[in-house]
Amino acid sequence: MTVILGQTFTGISIGAVLLLIALGLSLTFGQMNVINMAHGEFIMAGAYTTYVLQKSISGAGLSLLVALPVAFLVAGALGALLEWVLIRRLYLRPLDTLLVTWGVSLMLQQLARDIFGAPNVQTRAPDWLTGNITVLGGDDPLTFANSRLFILALAIAAVAALSLTLRLTSLGRRIRGVVQNRDLAEVSGISTSRVDRTAFFLGSGLAGVAGVALTLVGPIGPTMGTNIIIDAFLVIVVGGIGQLRGTVIVAFVLGVTQSVLEYSTTVSVAKVLVLVAIVAFLQWRPQGLYTLRTRSLV
Amino acid sequence: MAGAAALAATVALTACGAKTDAAGGSSDQAAKADTSGDTVKVGLLNSLSGTMAISEVTVRDSVKLAIEEINASGGVLGKQIKPVSEDGASDWPTFAEKASKLIKEDRVAATFGCWTSASRKAVKPVFEKNKSLLFYPVQYEGLEESPYIFYTGATTNQQIVPALDYLKSQGEKSIYLVGSDYVFPRTANKIIKAYAKANGMKVLGEDYAPLGSTEFSTIANKVKASKADAVFNTLNGDSNVAFFKEYKSAGLTAKSMPVVSVSIAEEEVKSIGSQYLAGQLTAWNYYQTTPGAANTAFVKAYKAKYGQDKPTSDPMEAAYTSVHLWKAMVEKAKSFDPEKVKAASDGITFDAPEGKVTVDGASQHIHKTARIGKIGTDGLIEQVWDSGKPIEPDPFLKGYDWASGLS
Repeated sequence: MTVILGQTFTGISIGAVLLLIALGLSLTFGQMNVINMAHGEFIMAGAYTTYVLQKSISGAGLSLLVALPVAFLVAGALGALLEWVLIRRLYLRPLDTLLVTWGVSLMLQQLARDIFGAPNVQTRAPDWLTGNITVLGGDDPLTFANSRLFILALAIAAVAALSLTLRLTSLGRRIRGVVQNRDLAEVSGISTSRVDRTAFFLGSGLAGVAGVALTLVGPIGPTMGTNIIIDAFLVIVVGGIGQLRGTVIVAFVLGVTQSVLEYSTTVSVAKVLVLVAIVAFLQWRPQGLYTLRTRSLV
Repeated sequence: MAGAAALAATVALTACGAKTDAAGGSSDQAAKADTSGDTVKVGLLNSLSGTMAISEVTVRDSVKLAIEEINASGGVLGKQIKPVSEDGASDWPTFAEKASKLIKEDRVAATFGCWTSASRKAVKPVFEKNKSLLFYPVQYEGLEESPYIFYTGATTNQQIVPALDYLKSQGEKSIYLVGSDYVFPRTANKIIKAYAKANGMKVLGEDYAPLGSTEFSTIANKVKASKADAVFNTLNGDSNVAFFKEYKSAGLTAKSMPVVSVSIAEEEVKSIGSQYLAGQLTAWNYYQTTPGAANTAFVKAYKAKYGQDKPTSDPMEAAYTSVHLWKAMVEKAKSFDPEKVKAASDGITFDAPEGKVTVDGASQHIHKTARIGKIGTDGLIEQVWDSGKPIEPDPFLKGYDWASGLS
């Protein structure tokens, strides 16, 4: 029983990491229709921001908390810059965005290698995040790792913030308007180019926050983004492109499935099984779990 | 046509076979080292980027130190050694491609490098085909011999078997195996399982994570649920960072379930953080704390060159030693020719930082002392046990009955 609960928690925590990564992608890929291959490098930017801050701020806990908003701003600024320099010229050519942003991702990786060196680096987690809490006592205690709980809380906070922004603010209404029908939004007086850039800022900023979270799990390196970005794309495609609800549900389902399969088989077999399941699902529902209903012609 | 040949040369392993001949004449000719001037080139082939860079950069630095020392004392056969460094980028086809480049374009007299067994397996046919020498400095899974590779790290009977003997002597009756998913851990675990069966030890589980993987929560849960007495860790590179973070988060400690690692040395301890590792065990042939005048001098020279905060480790020591062994072989052979160097290798000795080592000409491995160490809170490793004298290399474990079914 303990094993099942522990494994479910592990799955949820893997899901939370996936969700944090997919959240920003859901905004830029889902809503803006840009296949941003550089999203993984924005995650990396967030992680390296944490590393740099830790070098200058002595307390590991304080530096982590400072890193969250700073990484959001750094990655967000990178995203907005990318949008302004390149992507805004390519909105009608989604496949070109893939190639261009892939090139950008390679350049950013090399830049990171030049600045921070090729070997991966690590940050020190604050003491209050290295331990665990005991949920069930007894001979076979069920424990939850503090760092994983922190990431879960971070993911929930990010989802809430994004969802409230999209639902309640005028910026959110404008983003939704542009997503549903770009032309109609434009003629209604919405500056679509400004909305695009802001959405890109938010989406990339969330990648930065994901990067901070990832420093608690593993090492920081120039290629850390590429390792996880594929999983994030999977979450979005299966969840339904541009659907926040789908992203959240699929991230957790995928995390739990993965961890349960890993437990009963091996890591590699679990990966294969998950991919097969995804292919089967997409055969049945190519549009993903949820779809956007619009009156748009395309 | 030339373009096509160049393209083929960049396409990994297969390209290092027949096709490259078109670009560089017959392979025998291409392999001849260029010793016409007053310098001799040697190749340094290490991952300077990617998941293995954390470990391999230190090995390159250590080889460079040995080269500098030899040059300062007059070089080899009156020639100064000129290192040519290449980045294998933690990618096995790249290793093969760069090995081919070092041999054919730079015409090096010998190459020092590789860390993972996968990279060694990838370059092995390249060195064999071109009849050029590779000095491989890292402990490995054994069950291999190549006429053109000198293995200066431990083979299994000088590291893994002593580690298992140590666990047995400590009364550990059940173990859990965790490793990276490639040739070294899989072969090592095969050996461990055979040993366990013959010695009344239970293997409660065996898990592999892809090389470079950083998601270890499930594996940590499985290890914890198994209630094994100890964990045998064959993870490589910075997967160890993620693994030990998760291990601590799961509430496991060196007291409750010790981990014996065979691929974590001082450099890795430093970057993983001793707060995650204190009290855990490692099995090697050398530690920075190993006593002896040769080691004192080595540690001092290394720190003077690369920084006082830089630790020395077993693969670095083996790499450093390998350059000195090569020099001794060349001087005995009075030639840089790989065949003559090989013929002169048997019985060559060197007062290495780990103690006196002797080359076994038949297997091209060396006699090494086995040591078990405990990681301290200061990040250094204190020896808790050693084999007392150098152990004769036995890469195919011929000396053990339980190993008869292996290889």
